[in-house]
Amino acid sequence: MNAVSAAIRPYAEGFKSLEPVLTRSAPAWLTALRREAFARFANHGFPGEREEDWKYTSTRPLEKRGFVPSLIAPGTIDVDAIEPAFLREIPAHTLVFINGQHAPALDTAGSDIAGLRIASLGKALQQAADKLQAYFAPASAWSDDPFTALNTAFLRDGAVIEIDDGMRLEQPLQLIFLSTKQAQPGACHPRILVRLGRHAHATLLETYHGLEAAANLTNGYAQIHLGENAQLEHLRVQRESAQDFHVNRVRVTQQHGSRYVSHTLNLGGLWVRTDLNTRLEAPEAEAVFNGLYWTDQGRHVDNHTRIDHLAPRTRSDELYRGIIGGHSHAVFNGKVVVAKHAMKTDAAQINNNLLLSRQAEIDTKPELEIYADDVQCSHGASIGQLDEQALFYLRSRGLDPETARGLLIDAFAHAVLDRIATPALQTFARRQLAAVMGAS
Amino acid sequence: MNEAAPAVTQASDVENLVRGEYRHGFVTDIEADTVAPGLNEDVIRLISAKKYEPQFMLEWRLKAFRHWLTLQEPHWAHVRHAPIDYQSISYYSAPKSKQNAPRSLDEVDPKLLETYEKLGVPLHERAKLAGVAVDAVFDSVSVATTFRKKLAEAGIIFCAFSEAVKSYPELVEKYLGSVVPYSDNFFATLNSAVFTDGSFVFVPKGVRCPLELSTYFRINAANTGQFERTLIIAEEDAHVSYLEGCTAPMRDENQLHAAVVELIALEGAQIKYSTVQNWYPGDANGVGGIYNFVTKRGECRGADSRISWTQVETGSAITWKYPSVLLRGDNSIGEFYSVAVANHYQQADTGTKMIHIGRNTRSTIVSKGISAGHGQNSYRGLVKVLAKAENARNYTQCDSLLMSDRCGAHTFPYMEVKNPTAKVEHEATTSKISDDQLFYCRSRGVATEDAVNMIVSGFCKDVFKELPMEFAVEAQRLLAVTLEGAVG
Repeated sequence: MNAVSAAIRPYAEGFKSLEPVLTRSAPAWLTALRREAFARFANHGFPGEREEDWKYTSTRPLEKRGFVPSLIAPGTIDVDAIEPAFLREIPAHTLVFINGQHAPALDTAGSDIAGLRIASLGKALQQAADKLQAYFAPASAWSDDPFTALNTAFLRDGAVIEIDDGMRLEQPLQLIFLSTKQAQPGACHPRILVRLGRHAHATLLETYHGLEAAANLTNGYAQIHLGENAQLEHLRVQRESAQDFHVNRVRVTQQHGSRYVSHTLNLGGLWVRTDLNTRLEAPEAEAVFNGLYWTDQGRHVDNHTRIDHLAPRTRSDELYRGIIGGHSHAVFNGKVVVAKHAMKTDAAQINNNLLLSRQAEIDTKPELEIYADDVQCSHGASIGQLDEQALFYLRSRGLDPETARGLLIDAFAHAVLDRIATPALQTFARRQLAAVMGAS
Repeated sequence: MNEAAPAVTQASDVENLVRGEYRHGFVTDIEADTVAPGLNEDVIRLISAKKYEPQFMLEWRLKAFRHWLTLQEPHWAHVRHAPIDYQSISYYSAPKSKQNAPRSLDEVDPKLLETYEKLGVPLHERAKLAGVAVDAVFDSVSVATTFRKKLAEAGIIFCAFSEAVKSYPELVEKYLGSVVPYSDNFFATLNSAVFTDGSFVFVPKGVRCPLELSTYFRINAANTGQFERTLIIAEEDAHVSYLEGCTAPMRDENQLHAAVVELIALEGAQIKYSTVQNWYPGDANGVGGIYNFVTKRGECRGADSRISWTQVETGSAITWKYPSVLLRGDNSIGEFYSVAVANHYQQADTGTKMIHIGRNTRSTIVSKGISAGHGQNSYRGLVKVLAKAENARNYTQCDSLLMSDRCGAHTFPYMEVKNPTAKVEHEATTSKISDDQLFYCRSRGVATEDAVNMIVSGFCKDVFKELPMEFAVEAQRLLAVTLEGAVG
């Protein structure tokens, strides 16, 4: 009991010190929501390894850090250092956050577009909090997840994106979350609320970028709702520093005929856990999950995905690939659930892993839970090494071993990036991967 | 068939066929010597005393019992059942006729023989025609053992476990609990405390067992949980194939079955363990049926050894069973072939664990799950490659066939790899019997049910071909009976 309370203490103190600031000008429902969420977190504590969802990931390293709430953004920031986080391939509508707080000076706003509302959550809460109340209905949260509770308790900033019916956005939207060095390692809890109306189309890019010597916790939570026939391509690139802790949850709900395409690139961070869930709530909804994780020295990356087929004729297609090197540990857990009446469901899932080092470990668990009969579901998982034959071929053509290996690893990774439909985003993703692989 | 309304015809066929009842349901009237329900140290001392066990055995049982008291029943399996009252079970039941033990088949209680007749496995016929030695366990005590002489000539020990404890205590003491320790898990610990009988096989160095060894287990006396303990040891370069088959009479109360099977393969040894499990699954409404919570584990202790599990699971209300292999010896091989059927309200949570410890170890897993009615079928498997297991190789295939819109098929494979030379592959598919295949068969004049049988047989072929011949025939027949009319 003592150990638990010790782990929670920094958050309890942080909550106490921050609450007066947060409650100022906040409506009563929001204050109550935060308090209730914190009580839930304090009550549950951090998840233990005995919980099936945390079987391969211990929260002990995170507990030991005792993160305090992040500070207000510093006055100056090295523009060169943050440049790689920006999508420069095409004009984008960008919001920038430093340690979880909106930094409007760094935004690159495109022209105002009718039918699109994009704002920082902090600002939206100040101006018209009541309009957002519907987003925080109990059903919209993982009620038993302590990290979601923590995110809600410290709800302060993030982004709100609303796109009207029939709106087709040409310009990508980008959210950049920068983690910078602070006097004391700090925790921030950005919340992202996205709502696409019927037949709306959009592209969203989220970048998590850690600057040198940053050692913070980013505990993000995104809620995404796709109306009938809406389409969203969602690229998330996580390139935090080698000392950063990163927890990220995305929860999507999809209506009839909607299409959600996610690309998750976990390329940085010291201790990373991401959960991506979608609920295909109406017929013909489709989800595509692509993921790439790359780990090396001392890092731990855990990817959880879950797709709920809740209606007939829904489809899902998932491809996650991992490159695991150095003294690192990667985890993949992909779950596909087909509910009782979700007939004609078509679900495919593949997880491939390249295990490159003696000190590395990979734990993978593709799960299927099926309660309907007229379905086509499959999953596959593999753990292996680079193909000796292919290596030999390249070397016989005069390539040195390093280059040959690099080429093959690159090809392995690019099978995931090739699935990014928007050319500019694909170029951006390649640039991010190259930067990380080049540095190793 | 009425061409105008094929769908309707099919539906009523299904109604009739689904009601196919359990054929092996009957109770043989035999006086049984049963201990009053309840579990405490006195009961364990009584079991041990009744079996004239040496001191080490009693101590081992008591150690297990004391440990069991500290354990909680596990609930992680994907099954649901009413709580089990361990104090309401009688832990010992021996047919009375054991008092003047039969020395040959002629002396065996004719009622017992009749039971086997009803099951379609007449002992003498089987023994003669199929060349199989049978050590039949009838409610916990062996009543007939055949071909002992022939086996004894080869130096093979094949006897009831209780006999082995008395006649070969040094072997039992050396190997018992060396693969499944008494503290292994809730049910294995319970078994260690209260097991009544089972089979013991010892194949000495260099001997190839000339026969397929076979045992039939039956649960008969009401309210008697069965706690078999099987121990098979194959010394260096020994080969043995062991068959286990089960049926049980129809009954309304749930019966607990918590067996433990331990296999030990020394250098170059091969053990093949095949099971056809057809215990009473409960009726069409899910009332009654056996709870089958079994711990089966083999250890490839020596280099170049091989252990192969093949199982056809069509019975039991709940099956909770993961035949596993510890691949400790270099170049050792583990195999798991399984067909599991869950019809009506049956629940099966089964799979395997392959633990790669030695170098160049290989494992193959082929699991076929069939769900029908309200059945819930889960595959749960672990492939673990330890850091020192160079060049480990695993291939896993687990397919599920769904035959009703109320059943479920689930797959929970765990893969944990710590060595970069390992190759681990897993693939799984889930689908229903394809309408195209059915239509093709029917257009060629094959009746729907025959077509379904054909498709299911094809689906299970990879597993059936691993079974010894006579078992393969029985398994196929069993499957057809179990799934009668399950497809609509």
